[in-house]
Amino acid sequence: MEYAGLSQYRYLLTDTDFWSSIGTTLIIWALATFPMIFLAMVTAVMLNSAVRFKNVYRFAYFLPNVTSVVAVAIIFGSVFSTNFGLVNALLQAVGLDQVAWLNTPWGIKVAIATLMTWQWTGYNAIIFLAGLQTIPGELYEAARMDGAGPVQTFFRITLPLMRPVLLFVLVVSTVTGLQSFSEPQVLLQSTANESTFSGGPDHAGRTMVLYFFQQTFDNNDFGYGAAVAWGIFLVVVIFSIVNWRLVQRRGED
Amino acid sequence: MATTTQAEAVLAEPPPAGPAKGTRIRGDRRRGIALHVSLLFGVLLSAFPFYWAVIMSTHTSTEIFSYPPKLLPGSHFGDNLSKLFDSIDFFGSMLNSLLVAVSVTFLVLFFDSLAAFVFAKFRFPGRRTLFAMMMAIFMVPAQLAAIPQFVIMAKLGWIGSMTSLIVPAAANAFGIFWMRQYMKGAIHDELLDASKIDGAGFLRQYWHVALPVVRPGLAFLGIFTFMGQWNDYAWPLIALTNPDNVTLQVALSQLNGVHGTTDYGMVMTGAVLALVPLLIVFAIGARQIIADLGKGAIR
Repeated sequence: MEYAGLSQYRYLLTDTDFWSSIGTTLIIWALATFPMIFLAMVTAVMLNSAVRFKNVYRFAYFLPNVTSVVAVAIIFGSVFSTNFGLVNALLQAVGLDQVAWLNTPWGIKVAIATLMTWQWTGYNAIIFLAGLQTIPGELYEAARMDGAGPVQTFFRITLPLMRPVLLFVLVVSTVTGLQSFSEPQVLLQSTANESTFSGGPDHAGRTMVLYFFQQTFDNNDFGYGAAVAWGIFLVVVIFSIVNWRLVQRRGED
Repeated sequence: MATTTQAEAVLAEPPPAGPAKGTRIRGDRRRGIALHVSLLFGVLLSAFPFYWAVIMSTHTSTEIFSYPPKLLPGSHFGDNLSKLFDSIDFFGSMLNSLLVAVSVTFLVLFFDSLAAFVFAKFRFPGRRTLFAMMMAIFMVPAQLAAIPQFVIMAKLGWIGSMTSLIVPAAANAFGIFWMRQYMKGAIHDELLDASKIDGAGFLRQYWHVALPVVRPGLAFLGIFTFMGQWNDYAWPLIALTNPDNVTLQVALSQLNGVHGTTDYGMVMTGAVLALVPLLIVFAIGARQIIADLGKGAIR
C-alpha cells in the first residue's frame, strides 16, 4: 500500500462523473420523496379516520416494504417495459405515444422513483398514523366547536403537531434515498453495456452508490472507492441537515 | 437503516385515538364509504404489482409481448417453472439464503441481547465510552464499511463462501441499541438482585432472568433481522464471487440480467417464488407482533 495523501480527494472534486451522480441521486430522491410524503400523509389521515379494518389496511400497506428489492425491481422493469409494459399499454389505451421508459434519461429516473415511492409510501403512512394517534381527540373536538373545516383543521392542528414525525420521516428518507443502489442496479443491469453498475443508457440512472460500486469493485480501485464513499457520506450528512433545518424553520412562522 | 425504522413503526403503536373522530365519521355514512373506497384503491395499488407478476408467471413470453396486456392467468406456469429450474439452481440458492438468514438471526439475537444486557443493567468503567463507540459504528454508511470488510474477508479466504455473509453480520449496533432500550425498561433490578441472592451467576441471570422477559423484543429483532438478511443484495453480490454458489437475490438478479429482456414469464416465476418464503415469515411475524402487543407482555 502506498500513501497517496489527498490526491484521491483532489481528483474527486474534479470528477464530473461523481458530480453528475450526485445530481442523478438528488433528482431521483426528489421525484420519489415528495409524492411519497404527500401520499403517505393522505393515507395516514384516512387510516386514522377509518374505524374498521384498520389492522387489515395496515398489513396491506406494509406489504410492499417487506418484499425484496430485487424481485420488486424485476417486476417494475416489466411494468415500465417499452414493448409490453403496463404503463405503455395504458398510454396506448388513452391514445398517447409510448415512451421508452428505460432508455431515456427522464424515463429511467421516473421509473426508479416510482418504484421507491411504491415501496415506501405505505411504510411511511404507518409511521404517520402512529404520530396521528398521539394527537388528543379533544383538540379536534375543540376545533370543530370553533367551526374549523377539515382542511383548516389539518393545517392548523394536525400538521404542526406532526412536525417531529414528519422530520423523522424526511431524515430517514434522505439517508436511505440518497444511498439507493439495488433499485437502479437491478432495473438497469440488462440495459447497461459497460458494467452492471453503470446505470443504464448515458448513465442516467447511475446514483452515487452505483458509482461507488463501479469504481471500487468493477475498476478494482479501492483507494478511490473509499474517497467516493466519504464523498457520499458528506453529501448525505449535508443534505440531511439542510432538510432538517428547512422543516424546523417552517415551524417558527 | 430500513429495518431499524420498520421495527420502530410496528412497536411505536400508541393507544387508540379518542372517540371524538370515530363518532363523527360514523354519523356520516356516505363519507365513511368514500373513505373505504379510497383506502381500498390504495390497497389495490400496493397489491397490483404482485398480482401482475403472478399473472405473467403463467404466460409464455410471446403471450406477454402481445397487446393488450394479459390480466388473467394463463396456462404455462408449469413450463416457466421447469425453465426456471433449468436456468438457475433455485433451491440451492434458496438453501443458501435460508442458511445465511437463519444463522445470522440466531447469532444476532444471542450476541446483541448479551451485549445489550450488559449495557442496560451493569455499571463498569468505560461503559459510556464503549456505548458511544457502538453508536458511532451505527452511523457509518454501509459503503464505507464495504471496502475494509471485503479486504478482511479476502485475507481470511472467505470470499465466495456463505461465511463471508454470516460472520460480519453476526452482531450489529442497531440490535444492541434496540435490545438495550428494551431491557432497561423490561428487566427490573429487584428481579436481578433476587436471582443473585439465589446464587445465579451472570450467564444464568442472562439466560433465565433477562431473556424470558424480553421475548417480544427478541421476536421483533429476529423477524426484522431475518427479513433484512433474506433481502440483502449489495454485499452478497460483491462477496459471492462464484456464480454457481449464491443467495436467492443474487440468483434472481443473474436470471434477470441474462434472460430479462427475452423470457419474462420465466424471470417473473423466479421473482414470484422468491417472495413466497418472505410473505410467510411476514404473515406469521405480523400475527405474533399483534398478539404480543395485545397480551401486554411488556410491563
